[in-house]
Amino acid sequence: MYTLIRNQTALIILAISLSFLTNFALGQAEKGASADVAKTNQIVIKDFHFTPQTVTVKAGEKITWINRDEEPHTVVSVEKQFKKSAALDTDQEFTITAGAPGTYTYFCSVHPKMTGTIIVEKS
Amino acid sequence: MSDYISHDHEHDGIDRRGFLQCMAWAGTGLLWTISGGVLVSKTLAQVAKAGTPLPATDLSFLQISDSHIGFSKEANKDVTETFKIALDRINAMPTPPSFLIHTGDITQLSKPEEFDTFDEVLKSCRTKDVFYVPGEHDVLTDGGKFYRERYLKSVEAKGSGWYSFNKNGVHFIGLVNVVNLQAGGLGQLGDDQLEWLEADVKGLGTSTPIVVFAHIPLWAVYPEWGWGTSDSERALGYLKRFGSVTVLNGHIHQVLQKVEGNVTFHTAMSTAFPQPAPGTAPSPGPLNVPADKLRGMLGLTSVRYLQGKSSLAVVDSNLS
Repeated sequence: MYTLIRNQTALIILAISLSFLTNFALGQAEKGASADVAKTNQIVIKDFHFTPQTVTVKAGEKITWINRDEEPHTVVSVEKQFKKSAALDTDQEFTITAGAPGTYTYFCSVHPKMTGTIIVEKS
Repeated sequence: MSDYISHDHEHDGIDRRGFLQCMAWAGTGLLWTISGGVLVSKTLAQVAKAGTPLPATDLSFLQISDSHIGFSKEANKDVTETFKIALDRINAMPTPPSFLIHTGDITQLSKPEEFDTFDEVLKSCRTKDVFYVPGEHDVLTDGGKFYRERYLKSVEAKGSGWYSFNKNGVHFIGLVNVVNLQAGGLGQLGDDQLEWLEADVKGLGTSTPIVVFAHIPLWAVYPEWGWGTSDSERALGYLKRFGSVTVLNGHIHQVLQKVEGNVTFHTAMSTAFPQPAPGTAPSPGPLNVPADKLRGMLGLTSVRYLQGKSSLAVVDSNLS
């Protein structure tokens, strides 16, 4: 019973945060269109590859992965430097915001041959 | 046309003609007999003609693999149905197998409801004993905790899910090579599991037939696609002294076979969808084939052990 209540609470919190995130993202997009500040860098997952394999971004910019394969993939920081994604099914996305400048390597924990690099520069 | 090995220049147990026949018959049903490291093949039709019923003391078991319950893309929109058909085939066998081995990827996305569907459909199978090893699709969300709770509790699996058991004098070893994978690497067993394996087989006589089963192939099928296990050599080192070792894998959704000394490696078809032959496509993703060809590329593997002969016969049959 406790678990059930906890799960329901978690769901409500999740729902609230999701709606918050959506509003937040929309706000960012609108702002970006007018002031060109919230650039989103997209990495496509296709044919068991991250493309582009290396992306260079400014601190604070968003990075979004989208899975175009029929196979689930994940995005996992090799050094556990950013939160890992859930298993992304076809057309599902995962977004992080670039933090401190540096070089970050990541891989797909399901298909570890798939690796990629993010280079974060000072904004 | 004969199916025995007539030329064996490489001393690898297979000649060119044998290889070509193997390729031609793979997926349509083929009997492999392993006897003292020599590989002999017969077609299913020949086996049927021979028609000898299985003596009660012998052992037969069945490998099913890569059910991918939850997958619904172009390559097969109804994987639950093809899984059912595979079970119907098992139920129709004249001598029911003693047990089943499922070599991983029960589900597509590790969802509890996908596991539930699998279990529900499996109830129709007359053979009730099933031994499992996880595929990477079964451990997507929690590192395999749910899977271990449901499928590996009864066998008292160790670590991430490895275990062994004995049946009719054959020693079976279930290994896990789909967790804690390293960036840039392949499937991996890890030190803890390898140490356990070494100790597990230590007391066994060399004449004990060994059957190893794991999801990702324990040989370098095609490392470019991740079809291999980085530390499998070490595992096989512990098994070198045995006269008969049969390694059964899934993961690549097609029949491939290799013999190395006394070790025979064999991969099974999926019951869900085929995958391309190594290197023949941009990626190992699901292979779309015409609807009337699909069942010919799905299937299961039957293994028979003749007591006192230290030989295992491996037969693949498709669902068409």
